[in-house]
Amino acid sequence: MKDAVGRIQRVLVLGGGSEIAHATLAALLEDGPLTAILAARRPDELETAALERSGASIERIAFDARATATHGDVFERAFSGADIDLVLIAFGVLGDQQRDERDATTTVEVAETNFVGAVSALTHATERLRTQGHGTIVVLSSIAGQRSRRSNYVYGATKAGLDAFAQGVQLALADEEVHVMIVRPGFVHTRMTAGLKGAPFSVSAAEVATAIVEGARNGTPVVWVPRKLRWVAAVLRALPAPLLRRA
Amino acid sequence: MTTVSRERRKLHGWGRTAGSVANIAAPGSTDELAALIAEAGQRGVIARGLGRSYGDVAQNAGGVVIDMRGVDRLLEFDRASGLVTVEAGCSLDALVDAVLAHGWFLPVTPGTSAVTVGGAIACDVHGKNHHRDGAFARHVRSLELLTPEGETITVDPEQQRELFEATAGGLGLTGIVTRATLQLVPVETASMLVDTERAANLDVLLTRLTSTDHLFRYSVAWVDGRARGAALGRSVLLRGDHATADDVPRDTDRLLRARGRRLSVPPHLSAAPFLRGRPLNAFNELRYRRARSGKSIETIDQFFYPLDAIGNWNRLYGAGGFLQYQFLVPFGAEDALRTLLESFTAAQPVLVVLKQFGESFGPLGFPAPGWTVALDLATSVPGLARLLDDADEVVAGAGGRVYLAKDSRLRPDFLARMYPRLDEWRQVQSTLDPEGRMQHDLSRRLQLVR
Ligand SMILES: Cc1cc2nc3c(=O)[nH]c(=O)nc-3n(C[C@H](O)[C@H](O)[C@H](O)COP(=O)(O)OP(=O)(O)OC[C@H]3O[C@@H](n4cnc5c(N)ncnc54)[C@H](O)[C@@H]3O)c2cc1C
Ligand SMILES: NC(=O)c1ccc[n+]([C@@H]2O[C@H](COP(=O)([O-])OP(=O)(O)OC[C@H]3O[C@@H](n4cnc5c(N)ncnc54)[C@H](OP(=O)(O)O)[C@@H]3O)[C@@H](O)[C@H]2O)c1
Repeated sequence: MKDAVGRIQRVLVLGGGSEIAHATLAALLEDGPLTAILAARRPDELETAALERSGASIERIAFDARATATHGDVFERAFSGADIDLVLIAFGVLGDQQRDERDATTTVEVAETNFVGAVSALTHATERLRTQGHGTIVVLSSIAGQRSRRSNYVYGATKAGLDAFAQGVQLALADEEVHVMIVRPGFVHTRMTAGLKGAPFSVSAAEVATAIVEGARNGTPVVWVPRKLRWVAAVLRALPAPLLRRA
Repeated sequence: MTTVSRERRKLHGWGRTAGSVANIAAPGSTDELAALIAEAGQRGVIARGLGRSYGDVAQNAGGVVIDMRGVDRLLEFDRASGLVTVEAGCSLDALVDAVLAHGWFLPVTPGTSAVTVGGAIACDVHGKNHHRDGAFARHVRSLELLTPEGETITVDPEQQRELFEATAGGLGLTGIVTRATLQLVPVETASMLVDTERAANLDVLLTRLTSTDHLFRYSVAWVDGRARGAALGRSVLLRGDHATADDVPRDTDRLLRARGRRLSVPPHLSAAPFLRGRPLNAFNELRYRRARSGKSIETIDQFFYPLDAIGNWNRLYGAGGFLQYQFLVPFGAEDALRTLLESFTAAQPVLVVLKQFGESFGPLGFPAPGWTVALDLATSVPGLARLLDDADEVVAGAGGRVYLAKDSRLRPDFLARMYPRLDEWRQVQSTLDPEGRMQHDLSRRLQLVR
């Protein structure tokens, strides 16, 4: 359980290779050792030496976000040991907007991963933590979900769906000691965005991690990274549609 | 099937940190307890008294918590011998009310009377007389235990010594204490004869305690947690005994418990800004300077339970809550004691008390011959997690330990180092509870039970 000084002992990461997730684990490790269960498509290939040097014990589980029928077993395994204090839903794909908007097959893949898979994982996580009586779930949404833009609406729509779903879960858990935190970063320099032109207000994975750790400690419902994106999003939502055709 | 209703609600300890949601059952009699234990599911079951432990030892996330406050009858009281039998949910406060007028008092009492007899046994609480009289369980003549397997047994401290010692300080994990027989101590008055003395620094303090504590039944030192350098450990010694009939005016009702007015803190009033920095320094300065050396008469409530005068004072720390770090280092580890006190001066401890301990008891008992210090710290103190980890390292390295009744953040890897008889206790506990029915948040956090 998260202790009196906000320290976390055991973390489950869905999308165990995510750079943002690894940065978050590194930030948590500054407060002392922990166990991380990394759930990923190819768990044996995950690079964990740095985390282990910082005091993490690593457990690995095979997990495919799109294979929702297997999620029950994944969670059963993850929760078969000690309590899990933090579940990080970090998997996701950016897709290729130009291809996906014309190819139903690849569009569905993005939606299955970012929305269907995430909704499944969030529901399993919620049920587990409710039974456990405590815990924090971090959902990686994105500013892209705030308004459809010409340049990334496939990805944006999946995040909008996930974000709305997570907000609903927050309402449902109001009386429980289970904290769902929605994280809305802007452009983060990670593998996912490698090769793309950096957008304004771009941040590093470490900056997202710091915000996640602080928010998890304080029980914050929504975290924007950087913080001022909240106002950028407000403007974005108010813009007339024609202006978004080129954005 | 039990008829006791459940309520799903959040619980936290006195420090108001790291709460969790449990299904709370509040039985009105011991008959209902066995059914509740039998129903324990995956998340287990635990007893809870008045929730005066500071951390997560009386809460059970996702499991069942049995609120013992309704199981509180006084069953027998022999006014001649001072033997009293009560149900475990009976508070020490109610017990004092019942026996003081007849010339009896608690053999050991913690710094608040708002604890239950069950909680006092489960944490084997100590008082200001530990150096002389040991902790609470030493004065328990017999107890009744509902074991995790649902059997009710009478536990005699001599005949079932192993079980008794594992239950005293066993944090509720050996089962539910349902009743206990206690040997009270005789008193002539409801007053205390108190000897106050200032000590200019840690050396003076330790020397005074070492050389003269045996002259007093009760002894504790209030320490100025902000004093550093040459003044490190400057303190006010408060020592004394029950006043005799000769110490108090003749015409008064000598055994009347004169409780002062009780104040209460409204739910959202936070005094956090005043519990640090200049206001805190000023308070400590005043507290030290105003202490007058010499003897005085106080009521038992003033002497033992000064904080009880303000109900819910724990709310003063605001939403973030606070914790108490209580550690022990053995005699001879005075350097470690000094290092520890120094390391805490910057963390703005709101309250610091120090005392000497006598003999230890049981495999999981906290006290042992040495020095104990308790510090109240706001959880908002920057770098607190690290500071306390470092302190644990010094404490464990010196052969000491921290008090689990107050703990809310110890790391599991320190447990066996601090409690060298842990395996012995685990042996007894797991034999009693093979299915792991008894659980709480602390037992899971520290992997106390295997
Ligand atoms: C202001 C203040 C001053 C204090 N001063 C001292 C002090 O001087 N010395 C000291 O030792 N402690 C002190 N304490 C701590 C307190 O005495 C202990 O935490 C005590 O155990 C609290 O009793 P409780 O009834 O509130 O129990 P809870 O806090 O509700 O429970 C504590 C533990 O007891 C177990 N328990 C409760 N009832 C039963 C039962 N019937 N059967 C089995 N297990 C049970 C619980 O499972 C839990 O593990 C102080 C606390 C406060 C708030
Ligand atoms: N980077 C940004 O600019 C940014 C901005 C806002 C939000 N986010 C969100 O933040 C989260 C983490 O992103 P990141 O930046 O850390 O990118 P990342 O390093 O690429 O991490 C994404 C992870 O998702 C995993 N994944 C993809 N499809 C999966 C599937 N079907 N099953 C299981 N795992 C799958 C990937 O694992 P494989 O190795 O198996 O592919 C990868 O480890 C994502 O949800 C992302 O949408 C990112």
